[in-house]
Amino acid sequence: MVAAFTRPGWYRAVLCTVLAAAFGVGLVVLLRSISGLSAFQSEQAGYPQVVVPLILAPLGFLLGIGCFDYWLRWGFGLPTIPDDHSSHGAYSWKDYFKVNTDHKVIGVQYVVTSFIFFLIGGLLAMLIRAELAQPGTQIVGASTFNSLFSTHAVLMIFVFIIPMFAGMANYVLPLMIGAPDMAFPRLNALSYWMLPLAGIMFLASFLAPGGAFDAGWTGYAPLSTSAPLGQSFFNIGVQFAGFSSIFTALNFLVTIVTMRAPGMTFWRMPLLVWANLSTSLLVVAATPFISGAQFMVLLDRILHTNFFQFGAGGDVISYQHIFWFYSHPAVYIMILPGFGIISEVISVHARKPIFGYRLMALALIGIVVLSYSVWAHHMFVAGMFSWLRVPMMLTTLLIAVPTGIKIFSWLGTLYFGKIHTKSTAMLFALAMIVTFTIGGISGVMLGMVPFDIHVSDTYFIVAHIHFVLFGGSVFTIFAGLYHWFPKMTGRMYDERLGRIHFWGTLIGTWGTFIPMHWVGMDGMPRRVADYASQFGDWNLLISCFAFLLGAVQLIFVYNMIVSWRFGPKAPDNPWGGKSIEWLVSSPPSVFNFDEIPRVVGGPYEYGIPGARHAIMPGEGAEVPATQQTVVGS
Amino acid sequence: MFTNRLPIAKLAGAVVALSAVIAAVMLSINWNGAEDSTAAPKIDDLLNIMIVVSSVIFAIVVVALAYALIAFRAKPGDESDGEPIHGNTRLEIAWTVIPTIIVLFAGGWSWKVLNEIEETNPRHLTVDVFSQQFAWSFAYPGKEYAYSQGVLHVPVNRQIVFKMHSQDVIHSFWVPQWRIKKDNVPGITTTAIVTPTKTGTYQLICTELCGFGHSTMRAKIIVQSESAFEKWVGGLKEKVPTPMMVSVKQDTETNPEPLERVEAE
Repeated sequence: MVAAFTRPGWYRAVLCTVLAAAFGVGLVVLLRSISGLSAFQSEQAGYPQVVVPLILAPLGFLLGIGCFDYWLRWGFGLPTIPDDHSSHGAYSWKDYFKVNTDHKVIGVQYVVTSFIFFLIGGLLAMLIRAELAQPGTQIVGASTFNSLFSTHAVLMIFVFIIPMFAGMANYVLPLMIGAPDMAFPRLNALSYWMLPLAGIMFLASFLAPGGAFDAGWTGYAPLSTSAPLGQSFFNIGVQFAGFSSIFTALNFLVTIVTMRAPGMTFWRMPLLVWANLSTSLLVVAATPFISGAQFMVLLDRILHTNFFQFGAGGDVISYQHIFWFYSHPAVYIMILPGFGIISEVISVHARKPIFGYRLMALALIGIVVLSYSVWAHHMFVAGMFSWLRVPMMLTTLLIAVPTGIKIFSWLGTLYFGKIHTKSTAMLFALAMIVTFTIGGISGVMLGMVPFDIHVSDTYFIVAHIHFVLFGGSVFTIFAGLYHWFPKMTGRMYDERLGRIHFWGTLIGTWGTFIPMHWVGMDGMPRRVADYASQFGDWNLLISCFAFLLGAVQLIFVYNMIVSWRFGPKAPDNPWGGKSIEWLVSSPPSVFNFDEIPRVVGGPYEYGIPGARHAIMPGEGAEVPATQQTVVGS
Repeated sequence: MFTNRLPIAKLAGAVVALSAVIAAVMLSINWNGAEDSTAAPKIDDLLNIMIVVSSVIFAIVVVALAYALIAFRAKPGDESDGEPIHGNTRLEIAWTVIPTIIVLFAGGWSWKVLNEIEETNPRHLTVDVFSQQFAWSFAYPGKEYAYSQGVLHVPVNRQIVFKMHSQDVIHSFWVPQWRIKKDNVPGITTTAIVTPTKTGTYQLICTELCGFGHSTMRAKIIVQSESAFEKWVGGLKEKVPTPMMVSVKQDTETNPEPLERVEAE
């Protein structure tokens, strides 16, 4: 029994979590007693006896589950095995609940975990729409309502969209570049295990006295600095989500730069790899800003550092500058990997090379550069230095240019192709082009200062963010999940259910988010638990479509679970793709390749007789392109 | 040149027809409601220009996608590849340069409108706005500052410069019919400029999340003739010597005085 508590695993994780939390409480009580203060402090924003364990307990968990074992052994000079593969690969379902260093296992862990948070966040959205279906207060009070939409946004952003993309890239990207794994597999495992901790912490804030954090996902000071204890759960949860994100981005950068297969020059990388390279550049430089902003709020709350306390030397607007310096690049962190997915899906299913491949890659880099210079467009009415609005408006409008290039190039890719719509992935990709265009257009309108003054903080904003995040990011996530499901699980999903899910999602998205533009322009502010009765009919309609949108996601869940278990066996290359992940078995072997493949051409050489992207070991260079088996046609 | 192989004239016709229909429908609707300030028609014109431009862009995307799906759908059983077209430099330059011109045009127009709506008139009236969780109050200039709570009176056809102060968290001052919005930020004074053009009763809406009472944080606005306004201000009983704001310190441990009065600038 003692052995169970000394080995890395769940027993030790629980033990270490409890010990770390107890240590945290003890430390606070000890330090406060020495200082002559009462042992516990239960001021609204204080609670150091909760905040300190909240930081330490997750670290205890990570230690217990085994994330640090190798590094600690090495650091203390204990014997280590550099090529220890004992925690690599999954041989039974139990291996998915352990610290695993296989990028494919971590990818699946990421995808499943973040999808669970998507369902929870979606449930919160259903509660929000239930409350808003009628004017007045029916289901939840105003305070709970504020907690609901804050938690909804935080779950969707920090523990669904961002890690979902990280998870999919984790699985696919090393295969695509012909690497046996990520550059730092143990860091990769640590990145993953911080994710559920962040999500659980956000949800646990509902148990805190005063309820869950309710200052919005933006957590503007000074509302957040004086909010009840739940806000500290957000401040700390973001640290774990943020570090997870940063470590993963570092890992992607090093992997992409150093571990590409021989022959894979930058201009031979699939656009998904380019997309994740760009995203990672954003994450490593921008994410520290939100960690910093939330640390400053936390310190304001428990140590009275007064970064953002007006009247005590603090500056309220500086919070918004720091926050948006991350959170505007964050919206590109939440869409660029999706752009990569759409490029892969459209090229494969239209049987055409990407139209203007180099310009597509350069557009990604253009977005990265521009996205650092637009953050203050969230603050046109915030009372910041007023001249700053004009340059920020111009850069914001200009960012539509590289985004437009992506849209037009995807359309160009379809021309003179052989478009197959049998895959649900392709349906989501095509729908994303139109839906995201609407989000892009409303984005350009929001960039124009005079119009933004009118619609800022109204339902027009809610409509815009959901068109780009649901109609954009989530559609690309579904496209990617359907596209690589056969590769990840070795099974085919049910296309009929996929189609029902697609049409339900498309109708639900448009029905829910289009009318939001109208009520917003007409005078309905966002983040309100109650509204003027003139908006009642539209809100009822919006809620009905929202429930449809919520309900069809259950079809997706059913399809994925049942197909994973019982679906027909997937061939290695069901869609006839050219990139390397389709040249290995479904699912790939534990170390991906017996021998590293050689890359001999671009990734999208469709229609060129004999053209190859990569040559697998054991093949000669002169072997002609083999006919790939295609199912479902 | 593959453009010869596409029915360019028909596609262009479809784009023109579709964008005309979308723009006609969208322009016929008054999205933003009543236009009751000098800024409102200018902002709505800007919106209308964007509706026309956006209708064309949206129509291009939809027509291009629809035609591709009709013309280039793979026949059942056809597993061959499409044509190996890798791009077209002219086309790529076109869809980089043309959108750049469009957005810079939109930016230039916005800049012009912004300057117009924020131009101060020497004959303006300054009104102080004080916000707190979850109420609005207003101070009017004069020998002594007249003070009203929950209701704002302003004269019609005269420029009003609002000086905004918050006592606790960020609030935002929005009157949809005026198209004007500005955050009230604790610690600093923010400014918004508006010239109401119609008399009547309006609602002032808080649009920055400020706590559990956010959705009900409203005030009444009465726009009236200048003479009626002067009379109303003259009859105000509650007066304060100077615009002031009350800042509440959170920490009662280190600040035994919970309330502290701070002079606004």
